[in-house]
Amino acid sequence: MLEIRNLHARIADTDTEIIRGLDLTVKAGEVAAIMGPNGSGKSTLSYILAGREDYEVTEGDILYNGESILEMDVAERAASGIFLAFQYPVEIPGVATMQFLKVALNEQRKARGEGELSTPDFIRKVREAAGELKIDPDMLKRPVNVGFSGGEKKRAEILQMALLEPKLCVLDETDSGLDIDALRIVADGVNALRSPDRAMVVITHYQRLLEHIVPDTVHVLYRGQVVKSGDKSIALELEENGYADIIDAAA
Amino acid sequence: MNIQTKPPLTLAEQALVDGFAERLKDLPGSAAVSDLRDRLIGELKDHGLPTRRIESWHYTDFRVLLKSVPEGGNDAVRLIEPLVPEAIRLVAGADAGDLPAGLKVSDYADALRDGRVTTQMEPRGADDAIGRISGAFVSCGLGLDLAAGTALEHPVELQVAHGGGHTHQRFPVRIGANAAATVIERHTNRGSDPAFVTSVTDLVVGNDANLTWIIVQTQGGADTHLSQINVTLEENARLTLYVVNAGGKLVREEIHVVAKGEGADLQLRGVNLLDGDSHTDVTLTLGHDVPNTTSTETFRNVVFDRARGVFQGQIRVAQDAQKTDARMASNTLLLSDDGEFSTKPELEIFADDVQCAHGATVADIDDVHLFYLMSRGIPEPQARGLLVKAFVNEIVEELEDEPLVEALHDVIETWLERHG
Ligand SMILES: Nc1ncnc2c1ncn2[C@@H]1O[C@H](COP(=O)(O)OP(=O)(O)OP(=O)(O)O)[C@@H](O)[C@H]1O
Ligand SMILES: [Mg+2]
Repeated sequence: MLEIRNLHARIADTDTEIIRGLDLTVKAGEVAAIMGPNGSGKSTLSYILAGREDYEVTEGDILYNGESILEMDVAERAASGIFLAFQYPVEIPGVATMQFLKVALNEQRKARGEGELSTPDFIRKVREAAGELKIDPDMLKRPVNVGFSGGEKKRAEILQMALLEPKLCVLDETDSGLDIDALRIVADGVNALRSPDRAMVVITHYQRLLEHIVPDTVHVLYRGQVVKSGDKSIALELEENGYADIIDAAA
Repeated sequence: MNIQTKPPLTLAEQALVDGFAERLKDLPGSAAVSDLRDRLIGELKDHGLPTRRIESWHYTDFRVLLKSVPEGGNDAVRLIEPLVPEAIRLVAGADAGDLPAGLKVSDYADALRDGRVTTQMEPRGADDAIGRISGAFVSCGLGLDLAAGTALEHPVELQVAHGGGHTHQRFPVRIGANAAATVIERHTNRGSDPAFVTSVTDLVVGNDANLTWIIVQTQGGADTHLSQINVTLEENARLTLYVVNAGGKLVREEIHVVAKGEGADLQLRGVNLLDGDSHTDVTLTLGHDVPNTTSTETFRNVVFDRARGVFQGQIRVAQDAQKTDARMASNTLLLSDDGEFSTKPELEIFADDVQCAHGATVADIDDVHLFYLMSRGIPEPQARGLLVKAFVNEIVEELEDEPLVEALHDVIETWLERHG
């Protein structure tokens, strides 16, 4: 479903290369975990997948369902089924959450040639999804993410994911800032979306999340490259020994 | 004013003078009013329109910017749907229908005919071009008198919907003590010809009265709109004044407020939506003349294309006006490299125990906000639209009156749709 080939990317209009020849393949139905030290390029990779213009791809390609997405803008990628749950969700004063969700949902439906959702159907859908994630409906009356606690923002990201039903979900440190109960709730929410035609890329620092969302593969990112890939045992190994061994082996 | 040599009249000035001569026979008024009109047009001939050398017109070189003045006028009464469905619609020259108890409406043309309005028609000063043109040309309008203690259930809409050409109206309004009301003053061109419009409102808000006044200007893209609202706030009077500019080619909107009674409060909010090659100038003078008066002024400006905007805000705090609290802010979303918005705050403070602050910001749409919205599948134009709306709606929502908020949202939405 996702195939990243020898990807090189730098910060736009600079010579600072952050992704330096990265290869990664994720199949439909697969949950791939990405781990790696701070600053290794995990969030940058997620932004590049989403199409953020602050980064410039200089070499290589990103194929999604066999086709390059490099020429697609952010909204087109989202409409094609790529979703990024942000490490730091963005507060947008003045834009009501419900209106935002409704516009997003209907624009995506429109882009796929589906009809708009009626308001009652939409509200029902949001209520259900919010209930499952134990999100207080009053929160949805506020502007997008404004005044949400760290954990509430992460839950709101998963709510958006549940509503938009993307095909490729990229979760950037969704576990950070979540309390123990919230971690379980969010993990259940993510697991509920696991399906044979959906792939997930789960970026995390901790084995703990991977106990709840058990990955099929684990990839270690270091200095903009995948330096090791394998099964979930890598995560356990990292928890034990840290990154030193893997980094040494890669060097 | 200090004019050494008299420059020749510009085309627009000449058109004003000629237009006056042509219209004079149809303008209502007593002998005294006619004399006043003649004097004012004479002053206009002598002084010309104000230029950037006149301080209060420094950012709006009116003489240069006013390129033409349309001929003719259309005094035919037009009625359009009010912004808020249940509003009491008042239109000069039209039958007001049943009015709620306590509200008296008079025809300004009658006041012109019996001549009792000559003092009121005097310009504010030598630089008051709007007052001068209005005094010369005014043909009709409405007087409003809300009796003491009356609370109006529904808003009043003063409607000036015209079809282009000259339109010059005046609105003397008195809100009695303890009265409460919402008034919408609406200016719009419903025809296809360019318009030249003046509107002058003289408003007194009585002791303990509570008034919301909303000016909605949606003139056409070739129109000149000159308006002035002169306000006196008496003791503990509370005025919430909204101005929404979403039209016009050359717009000057003057707001002159004097807080004359202790405890008076002004909440001024403005939304300026500017596009094309329009020029819009909002000029405020606010006098805190007595102790313990308060005010806040917040403007949100959106600038597309080559549009230019100006906000001049002058706050005077008199020497014995202790405990004055005045806060002014002007925030601009500049969406084009060719657009411009100038903010000129001016605080003249003669008292020592006061709180006064002003701030101005200019920014483009936040890239991170845009990225976040688009990452949920919202295409760029819609995402930008949402963010622009968010920027101005924060001001509108402060109204906390559902139908009014919705009505203003619609005005903003309609304007923004042109930029999809
Ligand atoms: N726009 C930018 N300007 C400057 N430096 C940047 C920019 N974006 C990323 N970087 C740098 O690129 C490197 C990778 O950052 P990135 O956020 O992708 O790391 P990460 O792996 O997600 O780290 P963490 O685990 O701390 O979240 C860092 O050194 C970061 O400072
Ligand atoms: Mg990161």
